[in-house]
Amino acid sequence: MIEAILLTIITAATPLVIAAIGELVTERAGVLNLGVEGMMIMGAVCAFAGSYLTGVPLFGVLAGILGGALFSLLFGFLTLTLVTNQVATGLALTLLGLGLSGQLGESFVGIPGVKLSPIVFPVLSDIPFIGPLLFRQDITFYLSIALVIGVNWFLFRSRTGLKLRAIGDSHGSAHALGINVIRTRYLAVMFGGACAGLAGAQLSLVYTPQWVENMTAGRGWIALALVVFASWRPLRVLIGGYIFGAVGILQLHAQAFGVGIPSQFLSMLPYAVTIVVLIIISHNRRTTLINTPACLGKPFVPDR
Amino acid sequence: MRIELERRAGASGLFAIVSPLLALALTLIFGAIMFWMLGKNPGHALYSFFIEPLLEVWSLHELAIKAAPLILIAVGLAVCYRSNNWNIGAEGQFTIGAITGSILPILVPQWHSVLVLPLMLIMGAIGGAVFAAIPALLKTRFNTNEILVSLMLVYIAQLFLDWLVRGLWRDPKGFNFPQSISFSTEAVLPEILSSGRAHWGIVFALVAAVAIWFMMRFMLKGFEVSVLGRSERAGRFAGFSGRRMVWFSMMLSGALAGLAGISEVSGSIGHLQPSISPGYGFTAIIVAFLGRLNPLGIIASGFVLALTYLGGEAAQLSIGVSDKVTRVFQGLLLFFVLSCDTLILYRVRVIFGAGRAPAARS
Repeated sequence: MIEAILLTIITAATPLVIAAIGELVTERAGVLNLGVEGMMIMGAVCAFAGSYLTGVPLFGVLAGILGGALFSLLFGFLTLTLVTNQVATGLALTLLGLGLSGQLGESFVGIPGVKLSPIVFPVLSDIPFIGPLLFRQDITFYLSIALVIGVNWFLFRSRTGLKLRAIGDSHGSAHALGINVIRTRYLAVMFGGACAGLAGAQLSLVYTPQWVENMTAGRGWIALALVVFASWRPLRVLIGGYIFGAVGILQLHAQAFGVGIPSQFLSMLPYAVTIVVLIIISHNRRTTLINTPACLGKPFVPDR
Repeated sequence: MRIELERRAGASGLFAIVSPLLALALTLIFGAIMFWMLGKNPGHALYSFFIEPLLEVWSLHELAIKAAPLILIAVGLAVCYRSNNWNIGAEGQFTIGAITGSILPILVPQWHSVLVLPLMLIMGAIGGAVFAAIPALLKTRFNTNEILVSLMLVYIAQLFLDWLVRGLWRDPKGFNFPQSISFSTEAVLPEILSSGRAHWGIVFALVAAVAIWFMMRFMLKGFEVSVLGRSERAGRFAGFSGRRMVWFSMMLSGALAGLAGISEVSGSIGHLQPSISPGYGFTAIIVAFLGRLNPLGIIASGFVLALTYLGGEAAQLSIGVSDKVTRVFQGLLLFFVLSCDTLILYRVRVIFGAGRAPAARS
């Protein structure tokens, strides 16, 4: 029983972790992309299409990543090349993504999808309790862990990561030092898009293997909150993702058991918890200011 | 090929007017391409999408019904966005306004009085304002991000409405349908003309737009909004309070969204049900930007976006494309508006590419 619940929590937390880690890199480069929800839903529909049309779920994963990355390029072009308002453009990306995915996915509604099969590690997966939880998962779970560790190493241990953080904290100085601000930001935005796309792919190939319109149901926004929760530190994304995943799953179980609270109020929980968490994290102005990339959301036009 | 921006000496007055029109034109071109790819005749499709709804009296009434909430919400959002407060939860404030406005007709249906309707509208506006005060409170008190909080509250408001109409407020004689009792005639927002369904909501919208335009243009408060939006520091030197502006702009936009909610429920639905809005609160964001955050511009853009809703319904019947095309159109439009607005502040140079407007590429 506990094992089954933990398994569902992992499945629910994985997309949140993946999407948030991508957005974290984007924001560390000083770009606020509020289009996570849109990129995620595009990833979900592309992944379903890829898996359905080729019959190979793994191609679906690739299609999801590619779809998310290409879609984020639209945001990159507007905010980085045309220097549009990042908040408004991010909202535009979400609105367009929700509409476009509905249109693209119309013919997929009601078709049963193919579930991404798990990768089973020999020997390790036979360990009681831990084995099925950690070593009999699908590729998206392993990727989520690898991404968190990899991004943590990249940001704080590599030279390029240092440059990326420098851009996020002061794009003017970074530009003066000869770092290509715009190119790095394009790459960071696309990384965020690819991750959101992968998170979407997890939704339509693992979490509920089918295509449903608006199936992200606000997870992209929760991922954005997760970045704030994590105060832009990758390892904390992992912790936060699992807390949010647990809240989402436990309220579902509470609904199934019928605890006497109307289901709608239980469904509110993930959103209410997000607000409460934001309050707890944000009320200490000093710690948020230390960690927030100083140039987050600010436009940059290189002077020549 | 490389694109370079060069800042203009001042905002271009020409492009301030041309840019929304250019964005509309580009959206139509892309729309034509999209219809062509769907295997439809682009000319015929665009005609039935954007012209046909304007040819009949009843559909003009529908246009006014759909434009009303969009304009009401968008003028409030314009004040928010001008002051750099990002309320994106208007959909939730709309929902709560509809609920608080419906308290009288649902709980005391036996009270027949001319006072019912004005009280409903006031209660709807108060409900929306109070709901929008939550992100304002959290932003000023705890420094939380109002974008995320206001959006999370949308889900909470919608679930609350869902619970009400399936539980506490369900019509006992309604054959178990998830909806409240129907409003009595005193509680229904009357039609303006005898020729169709359009109700007083559109009048509220126009009055609100003109009032906000007057405030932004001629009153100190409007000046305060723009100064604080451009530079909070500069505003502080002038003695303006950024915190009070958060409260003012959020609650103003919440009140207008709430008023839109109760007007919609009272004027065109007549009872509460799980879904009372085809995303007006989010589409109003597009309306606000297409109107360049200017209340008078928003009147025009509100009708344009209302037309996309109607066109979607019409095109579904006449050429058999799904109504999802509407949302694609709306999303595309916002993208083009934002990219064209770059032309107002910058001169765009394309290096190695001869005379191609960069906005056409996205």
